[in-house]
Amino acid sequence: MNRVLVAEDLYLLRDGLVHLLQAHGFTVVAAVESGPELLKGLLELRPDVSIVDVRLPPTHTDEGLQAALAARRQVPGLPILVLSQHVEQLYARELLADGSGGIGYLLKDRVFNAEQFIDAVRRVAAGGTAMDPEVIAKLLAKNSKRQPLDHLTPREREVLEAMAEGRSNAAISQRLYLSESAVAKHTASIFAKLGLAPSDDDNRRVLAVLAYLNSR
Amino acid sequence: MLNRYGHVAALLALGAVQVPMIVASGVLLLLSFALGMVFLFPPQVMMVRRMAELHRRLVTRHAGIAVESPYLPPPPPPVPQADGMYRSDRTLYKTPRVPAWNNRWRWLVSDPGTWRDQSWLLLDPLVKVLLLPALLLVPGRGLRLYARWCRLLLGATAASRLAAQVGHLRRTRNLAADSQAAEMRRIERDLHDGTQARLVAIGMTLGAVEQLVDTDPAAAKALLAKAREASSETLTELRRVIRGIHPPVLAERGLADAVRALAMDSPLHVTVDVDLPKRAEPPVEAAVYFAISELLSNAARHGGAQEATVDISAHGPHLRVTVMDDGMGGADPSKGSGLAGIERRLAAFDGVLAVHSPPGGPTTVTMDLPHVLPEPESATRKMPRWKMIVVGLLWATAWCPTFPQGVVAAIFKIFDIDEKAWFLALYLPPQWQWPTIIGMIVLGVVMHVMAIRIPAAHDNQRFLLYSKPLNPWIP
Repeated sequence: MNRVLVAEDLYLLRDGLVHLLQAHGFTVVAAVESGPELLKGLLELRPDVSIVDVRLPPTHTDEGLQAALAARRQVPGLPILVLSQHVEQLYARELLADGSGGIGYLLKDRVFNAEQFIDAVRRVAAGGTAMDPEVIAKLLAKNSKRQPLDHLTPREREVLEAMAEGRSNAAISQRLYLSESAVAKHTASIFAKLGLAPSDDDNRRVLAVLAYLNSR
Repeated sequence: MLNRYGHVAALLALGAVQVPMIVASGVLLLLSFALGMVFLFPPQVMMVRRMAELHRRLVTRHAGIAVESPYLPPPPPPVPQADGMYRSDRTLYKTPRVPAWNNRWRWLVSDPGTWRDQSWLLLDPLVKVLLLPALLLVPGRGLRLYARWCRLLLGATAASRLAAQVGHLRRTRNLAADSQAAEMRRIERDLHDGTQARLVAIGMTLGAVEQLVDTDPAAAKALLAKAREASSETLTELRRVIRGIHPPVLAERGLADAVRALAMDSPLHVTVDVDLPKRAEPPVEAAVYFAISELLSNAARHGGAQEATVDISAHGPHLRVTVMDDGMGGADPSKGSGLAGIERRLAAFDGVLAVHSPPGGPTTVTMDLPHVLPEPESATRKMPRWKMIVVGLLWATAWCPTFPQGVVAAIFKIFDIDEKAWFLALYLPPQWQWPTIIGMIVLGVVMHVMAIRIPAAHDNQRFLLYSKPLNPWIP
């Protein structure tokens, strides 16, 4: 579970990522710097997780994102963590559209906090989801006036936010200083209010919440 | 029919006014040029212009033949120098009155439209009298004939059209340069007050860490955490600035997806409909993007709207964007707000903004940008079949009158060769031979010219682009 591919065109950042990952016990199987190389690497090496920059040569547009989407069309659920200098709901929706897990979409700044970043990488590698808080904030802001959502208590809203980012009950309890059973109670209440079917599987739960928020 | 007689009557009545006007004009011109009473000239010109303008309007409305005004744009008001004086040639004035008068004089005298108007005024009553039978017997045709006469002297000339176009281009260029300079200043301010200041703070924090790291590692660690937080904030700030310069999605995906991303971030429920076969130029995309962004945020902020629709579609090479919202309306471009800014931004591409926003809503804003999409090679530019056949026939037969029947027959005649062969001219009586030969040559040349002119007139642009001296036809 620790073979990693890194795709990033800036040498300094690529090198930094490689060192960071190696320091946390990952094996970097390839570090590429362009879209075509990335697609080839993804399909041939099938890394346990890949860290991909959206903007890559040769076109310097959304080459990395397109390669990630193309690879996941061929290999559903191939774990990929997409990094970008800016987050867009549009891209988040495209990444989540296939409904399989193992996907992450984070701002590049999140690399600054090594522990949280490595945690996100591990989560994606394990088939989970890691969404940037900024995307979730935008999603919630857009949906804030919607009927069932404004019935949530402030606490439930915080739990929903953390859940949508892809965190497990244990992680949420740590972050919000709650007991795990309290978190479980909140999530059950949220699911009841939103009319979603409860699920024990962390990842399915996240995808259900994101799909709900994206549904409009 | 009765209507037409009404128009004819109006023209004739104006003719009755024109006669005393000619007399008055003659007197005024004589006074101003022979006696130096130059102040009489501008009123005289204005009087004639008013009469000409009246005829232009009448003719355009009644005969359906558009007659544009040919006048050069009026001179701009004089601008004072640094010392507050106004300059005209080599003289300085304290007030702008004299320089303004000089400019106006020069403008009126040097405009060919002025003198064409004068000669039109002189001849017009005569033409009206000459055309009187036609105007009375077949008023429709008579009016059209009269319109042609008016267009001859009152219509716009190539020079005046060019001058108007140059004036328009200068105005839009100034607007574009102004708005670009304003953008630059805004970006500079954002970078200076935000990003730069934050980076200075981070540098200072790191300096403090450097000093503390040996003596007080715990404090140094706390400061480092602070520096990291600050760098994260700087990045957020920088992202905001970049979005204001050129949104990343626009660079990565183009207009359609950028507008979709915009719709997702908007608090409104926005439906986006894009129908573009090809991407527009990047500056056009950016202008349209920022215009839509402004309109959506206006709708949310001032209009109290819940839903909005954005429709982007191509009509040939023209781009049309419609933004509709269900807010309370009452938007007005003249009352400040972002609409004037959008108008300025679009003006650089000859784009126009139309706002329909009755109080109580809904608001519909339409933006039209002509000729901003790559031109498709459409079928309408191809010549119709009959024209192609005519051109083909001309090319196939034009050689015959020019060369054998014309030039060769002429050579036979000059050298008195007895052979008549199949040269038509040589079978005719001697006095008809030369006229026939010359007629043949003229006919052939006319046929050649027609063969070149028909396609050239059909698609002037393409002809100018592709034809060469040695093959004047369009490939």
